[in-house]
Amino acid sequence: MSRPAIARRAGPSARTLEIEELTVGYHRRRQWSVVISGLSLRLEQGEAYGLVGESGCGKSTVAMAVMRYLPPNAGITTGRILFQGQDLLRANAAHLEELRGNRMAMVYQDPGTALNPSLTVGRQVAEVYRRHRGMGRAEARDAAQAMLATVQIADPLRIMDRYPHELSGGQQQRIMFAMALATDPDLLVLDEPTTGLDATVEAEVLDLVERLRRKFGASILFISHNLGIVSRMCERVGVLYAGHLVEEGPAGELFRAPRHPYTFGLMRCVPRLDMHKRRHRLEPIPGTLPAAGETMAGCVFAPRCAIVRERCRVEAPTLLVAGRDRTSRCFYHEELARPAAPGAEGAAAAGTVSQAEVLSLQHLTKIYDARGVKVTAVKDASLAVRRGEVVGIVGESGSGKTTLAKCVVGLVGQWAGRIAFDGSELAGRAEQRDANLRQRLQMVFQNPDNALNPSHTVKGILSRSVRLLAGRKSAPEIEARVRELAAAVRLAPRHLELRPAALSGGLKQRVALARAFAGAPRLVVCDEPTSALDVSVQAAILNLLVELQETRQVAYVFISHDLGVVRYLADRIAVMYLGQIIEMGPADVTFRPPHHPYTEALLSAVPDFNRAEGRGRIRLQGDIPSPSNPPTGCRFHTRCPRMLGSLCRDEEPPWQQDGTSHLYRCHIQPAELREAQLAGPPRAGSS
Amino acid sequence: MLKRLGLALITLFLVSVILFAIAQVMPGDVGRAILGPYASERQVEALDHNLGVDRPLLVRYWNWAGGFVSGRWGKSYLMDEPVLPLVTRRLLNSLILGGFALVLIAPFSIAIGVLAALKEGGWFDRSTAVVGLSLIALPEFASGIAVLVIFAVVLGWLPVSSHVPGADPIDWFRQLLLPSIPLMFVLFGYISRMARAGTVEALHANYTRTAILKGLPRRVVIWSHVLRNSLLPTITVIGVQTGYLVGGLVVTETIFSYPGIGKLVFDSAIGHDLPVLQSAVLLIAILYMLLMLISDIIYTLLNPRIRLSA
Repeated sequence: MSRPAIARRAGPSARTLEIEELTVGYHRRRQWSVVISGLSLRLEQGEAYGLVGESGCGKSTVAMAVMRYLPPNAGITTGRILFQGQDLLRANAAHLEELRGNRMAMVYQDPGTALNPSLTVGRQVAEVYRRHRGMGRAEARDAAQAMLATVQIADPLRIMDRYPHELSGGQQQRIMFAMALATDPDLLVLDEPTTGLDATVEAEVLDLVERLRRKFGASILFISHNLGIVSRMCERVGVLYAGHLVEEGPAGELFRAPRHPYTFGLMRCVPRLDMHKRRHRLEPIPGTLPAAGETMAGCVFAPRCAIVRERCRVEAPTLLVAGRDRTSRCFYHEELARPAAPGAEGAAAAGTVSQAEVLSLQHLTKIYDARGVKVTAVKDASLAVRRGEVVGIVGESGSGKTTLAKCVVGLVGQWAGRIAFDGSELAGRAEQRDANLRQRLQMVFQNPDNALNPSHTVKGILSRSVRLLAGRKSAPEIEARVRELAAAVRLAPRHLELRPAALSGGLKQRVALARAFAGAPRLVVCDEPTSALDVSVQAAILNLLVELQETRQVAYVFISHDLGVVRYLADRIAVMYLGQIIEMGPADVTFRPPHHPYTEALLSAVPDFNRAEGRGRIRLQGDIPSPSNPPTGCRFHTRCPRMLGSLCRDEEPPWQQDGTSHLYRCHIQPAELREAQLAGPPRAGSS
Repeated sequence: MLKRLGLALITLFLVSVILFAIAQVMPGDVGRAILGPYASERQVEALDHNLGVDRPLLVRYWNWAGGFVSGRWGKSYLMDEPVLPLVTRRLLNSLILGGFALVLIAPFSIAIGVLAALKEGGWFDRSTAVVGLSLIALPEFASGIAVLVIFAVVLGWLPVSSHVPGADPIDWFRQLLLPSIPLMFVLFGYISRMARAGTVEALHANYTRTAILKGLPRRVVIWSHVLRNSLLPTITVIGVQTGYLVGGLVVTETIFSYPGIGKLVFDSAIGHDLPVLQSAVLLIAILYMLLMLISDIIYTLLNPRIRLSA
């Protein structure tokens, strides 16, 4: 930026942001409920501060309060928000307009809706320069174009005249960053900036944030539910629970040795890449977040706390000093400092896998015809699932994993190839299939909101499935079976009388699971069943899936973009890219070298809060090519960091076999690939 | 777009069939209707034969539809005049009246709708909602008679029956204001509700938040971010509502004896003037389709998402 360093900072040590005793509430249904209670935090100049917590804990409210953009039904009852020493709560509209987009900027989730659909992105970026730098049309356009190059948009001149919907999610988010950083602000508020993006795109965007931070030096308030991302991006971290800051400290230390039972619990329910259901059981945090506005005499976390004492229920702890630069809102935080037993190791012993195949796909190909454009969503996929086995399928959006699932359960027809289930060949669509087959092959979807009929009670939903799938006729029989199913997925009897809208996301997903299990299925296809859930709820659902698998000898096809979850649950893993299965093998082998360069990149993109840093990362360049026009030769060659040359471009790679049952599709031999991958990333990270 | 056009043509064909069927089973005999109750049976039969209404249905449909397409619309039974110039002249009169109402009320309705959205939940918003919905619910014959009685009969400010205005702009208001009020009432309700809904949606959209958090002044946020997106659906509604206008003119034109196509349809239906009735209604249907198509095209031109994927 050519802008001279005008007196942008009040003094050398002025804090960029200081929140003091902030209390925010909402008017909901004539009730005042407090969502942020007495929050204090500070951001030094140039510092990145991470605010973590599950949904509903008030993270976004903090972000919006800082930007002074709370909804009309919200109110700030006490506290101050100082931005470079000035109280934002006292700033008038004109002053706020002057600060926003200029000295403080924000980037948030879902860039697809954050950009105006009917203006070109170039104009939207240029607008900031026109507003805050007083530039003319042409000058602002040039500045915007330069900024697009800064956020590493290839071919900025061309992109300038595009509309948001013509760009990929990663590009859209880069535009948002270009807009936010256009004026070199002092404070950047990032609210889940990579949530919803694919893993490799997310990694790229995070790299960009790190690079921009070095270039621009803005302080960052980074809000995320993802502990791994926050631990990677931030110097200090605050953990928010039910509107209270429960722990704060330097990121490294805090995640190495959490000093609040909530942080501790959060970390323990995230499946790490080295965890597997046969060795570890996840430890979900029991109970649920207190309802907004609920007042408690003691500690807010007491009802869910593993180390709760009598004192916690009557007396609310303040933020206590828990080491250098560390605070914890727990009377007994020192107990957590002692090295605890590392999880319930060896507790689980998942069901046995037999050799009999329950599902077999042979050369499955599905071509969609979208207005005359042929899109090969799944290409020549062959896969077998044995009885009682969990096969995980990973891949980014557009990889064809959901289409594959839909072909299996018969939600889409007109595929080519063979699908055999339980010994008999399946017809194209579910309605052409035998009812008996259908009941043994069930599916659980990502979003239980859309999958459950909102006008029926849970009991009604389950009764219907029991009647249809299990063929039970008499009312008492159905009733008994519904209760049995509900108990199996840990739904309380009182939940049966409720409608889906009255249930939390986790409970809804339990209902969806109970429904899938109504007909005693042999195979359940789970399409991202936990992606919409918070980690503590996810852990409970994953445990439930393991338990159901053990007790009912059921097999899963488990689709997820979360490698940790798949690694934890799956016995075997298939990796998909652009409609093709490119790697397949036992779970513990597939994530170790040698593996497909794409799998390597996916693994490298996982921000893990307890992985040793220092090893370079692999970053894929560019976006996933369009499935309507896939690259020649190896489909991955356009992004492959280990590309050999024209061979990869021209010839489809063969299956390489490493060991007995681990296969990957690449031109590089296993021995060679292992050596190269153990040696580290090919191009010393990116730039 | 071609698919749309094809669909429109199919719809028109169906309309013509239904129209023809209804016209043929309408109670009453054409010859009898023209000649009156005192004519002899033989006279009526002779007239029916002359008019061709005693021939088989299929033949008559073919003759009529073919004639319509090639511009041979026949002669009016009642007015002894070729149908084509009669219907088109009356249609033009109606377009003058409808256009007058639309031009007066559309910008006003949009402005009110947008203002209501900006004050969402406030007293202005609530009162325009009540007024708008009441006006939609108020039938044209009621509002038409009310304004007729008040302004023409009691106060005597404006004429009881309206004519096609001359070149004088004052005459335009004098002739057209009263008959267009019932139309404007209904249009105001629809257009302002749509403009409000579109604007509210755009105000709550994430991109509006982005624009505000960019530090843009409220004026810029609303003009270049909110309205650009919110008025799209409104424009489509105006298109559809102009279609409604042409049909809804029947009532108001009859009340004010305005010589438009609505009055023509009404008179020809009463007088069993089949050639006029069929041609006029079919023409209205064609016009309706055209307006829908045009508003679709405008929408497409203004919306980059549709424009580029088409």
